[in-house]
Amino acid sequence: MQATEARAPAAAREMFYSEALGDALRLEMARDERVIVIGEDIAEHGGAFQVTAGLLERFGPTRIRQTPISEIGIVGAAVGAALTGLRPVVELMYVDFAGLAMDQIVNQAAQNRFMFGGQARVPMVLRTQGGSGRGNAAQHSKSLEAWFAHVAGLKVVMPSTPGDAKGLLTAAIRDDNPVIFLEHKLLYRTKGPVPEGEHLVPLGKADVKRAGRDLVIVTWSREVLFALEAAERLARDEIEAEVVDARTLVPLDKETILASVRKTHRVLVLHEAVKRGGYGAEIAAMIAEEAFDDLDAPPRRLAGLETPIPYAQHLERSVVPQVDDIVRAAKELVA
Amino acid sequence: MDRKTARDVYRVMRRIRGFEERSATLFGENKIWGTIHSYAGEEAIAAGVCANLRDDDWITSTHRGHGHCIAKGADLGKMFAELLGRETGYCRGRGGSMHIADTSKGNLGANGIVGGGIPIATGAALTAKQLGTDQVAVSFFGDGAANQGTFHESLNLAAIWKLPAVYVCENNQYAESLPVKRAFAVDDIAVRAAGYGMPGLRIDGRDVRAVYDAAREAIARARAGNGPTLLVADSYRHEGHYYGDPRKYQSKDEIEGWRKRFDPLTDARAWIVDEGIASAADLDAIDREVADEIDRAVAWADAGPLASPIALPGDVYAGD
Repeated sequence: MQATEARAPAAAREMFYSEALGDALRLEMARDERVIVIGEDIAEHGGAFQVTAGLLERFGPTRIRQTPISEIGIVGAAVGAALTGLRPVVELMYVDFAGLAMDQIVNQAAQNRFMFGGQARVPMVLRTQGGSGRGNAAQHSKSLEAWFAHVAGLKVVMPSTPGDAKGLLTAAIRDDNPVIFLEHKLLYRTKGPVPEGEHLVPLGKADVKRAGRDLVIVTWSREVLFALEAAERLARDEIEAEVVDARTLVPLDKETILASVRKTHRVLVLHEAVKRGGYGAEIAAMIAEEAFDDLDAPPRRLAGLETPIPYAQHLERSVVPQVDDIVRAAKELVA
Repeated sequence: MDRKTARDVYRVMRRIRGFEERSATLFGENKIWGTIHSYAGEEAIAAGVCANLRDDDWITSTHRGHGHCIAKGADLGKMFAELLGRETGYCRGRGGSMHIADTSKGNLGANGIVGGGIPIATGAALTAKQLGTDQVAVSFFGDGAANQGTFHESLNLAAIWKLPAVYVCENNQYAESLPVKRAFAVDDIAVRAAGYGMPGLRIDGRDVRAVYDAAREAIARARAGNGPTLLVADSYRHEGHYYGDPRKYQSKDEIEGWRKRFDPLTDARAWIVDEGIASAADLDAIDREVADEIDRAVAWADAGPLASPIALPGDVYAGD
């Protein structure tokens, strides 16, 4: 996170990722009365990961609208509210619960604009979190970004730092399309500088989190932190890895990724989600199509094993890329 | 129902029937692509409910949605143009029969997913409540949708939040091929309302007066901030699930018998004439006017340009 720190304006404050998200919600709700938050346990409890802590006191129970456990009802109500003039932000407690709401996400929210010939807009954000690393096992630990990225009509955002979390959530709330905003459960308690006041990070812009000449690691969400740690270790062996944080998968910032590929000629695409059918395949294929002649080696993917997430800590770590795995893969790639 | 409203709802029902009959013809001539689900036989429900709605009230509709769209005030020409795949259609040929919306009249859209519109109407009602308007949202759905999870979750949300919503279940006796008797262990679907703490009323969906009166009360209740209502209208679809449905799950006797017994237009003609609201000749004149309107609408639709090619990303994403 060194690069982000260096670029942060003077009026930045150290915040947890969860606080940065709450800051974005607070500012956008104060700015626009049409913004409401809807979801489970978001009121007195402050959200399962404390993102909405304090918002009930500030905005009251009609704008911090806590619901029964009714995922498709919640998401569908948000679609209807978005179509008719509100700008709802849904909190879906775990991305693993998206299956319960998938019809409203895919057949309704995503396709509304297209199906009805552009008559309506669906300005809603579906905030949820995924990822492993907390012993929550198979039904509470998945990384499902590829599901959403496959559906025309959705935007998909995956911030890795507190500053990006705030800026991207602000942009997502102001976007007129349904945005799937995927947080990571192990990022909530990470700290970083967050610009005070209004802070926008446009959707569709990747971020070079570390510059390097020997290879580029293209990644997102928590694996960005792993990649930066791996890059530090690689530097000790005089391998300079560039780390590109995609930040939004849809729309994807191809230019930034391709510029790094053209500079380093070697690319490792890294994600926590299962490798088979993962979004890394899309990025690797895009690079092969657009920059084949710039490559000195085939694009390489490092991603989760094709298994549900296991419970035991050592098993959990064994199925998603760890720093050691990244270092090893990078060394093989530059060898 | 006053005399003017009676004539108005008769005309709306005739427009719906006429639209469905002409759609069937165009489908038979292979001018309409895909699938059509006819609303013939169920006209009294859409007409009776929507006669109580303002243009700024919202509805969500179903795969069998032409009737709702027309009753909410849609232009028949733009509807035919959509079915014919024209740029001048409501959805520029992107949606077709199963995905017609007319947001200018508060129709948030037909829906190809059974039960898909129920939570969306609930969200529209949430908007009205949140912004402090007196708008109402009505969700039309079938007996099949009453067995989807969205029905349960949405009615509960609307009840606990006292939303200005009216849920109109059109019980046309079949969920595709499954008869209601095999889909519900209760005879009266409206009893489910009690489980959500809202009023539930079973009405004769053939009698536009009964629908109108029940909807009037439910909509007034919603508009006044007193919460949602479930209406269950007994009905019968004259056609199969879709045009071309072999209807192996129904006997010929049943189809012929029910069609005769269950025709809201025949019924409406009878009481309108009996009560001296209009003469048979007056109603014949309305029928002729509607037939002309449909001819003109089809001609206008047919003259429209084919739907423009898909433009990306603008067709899919707003503001790009």
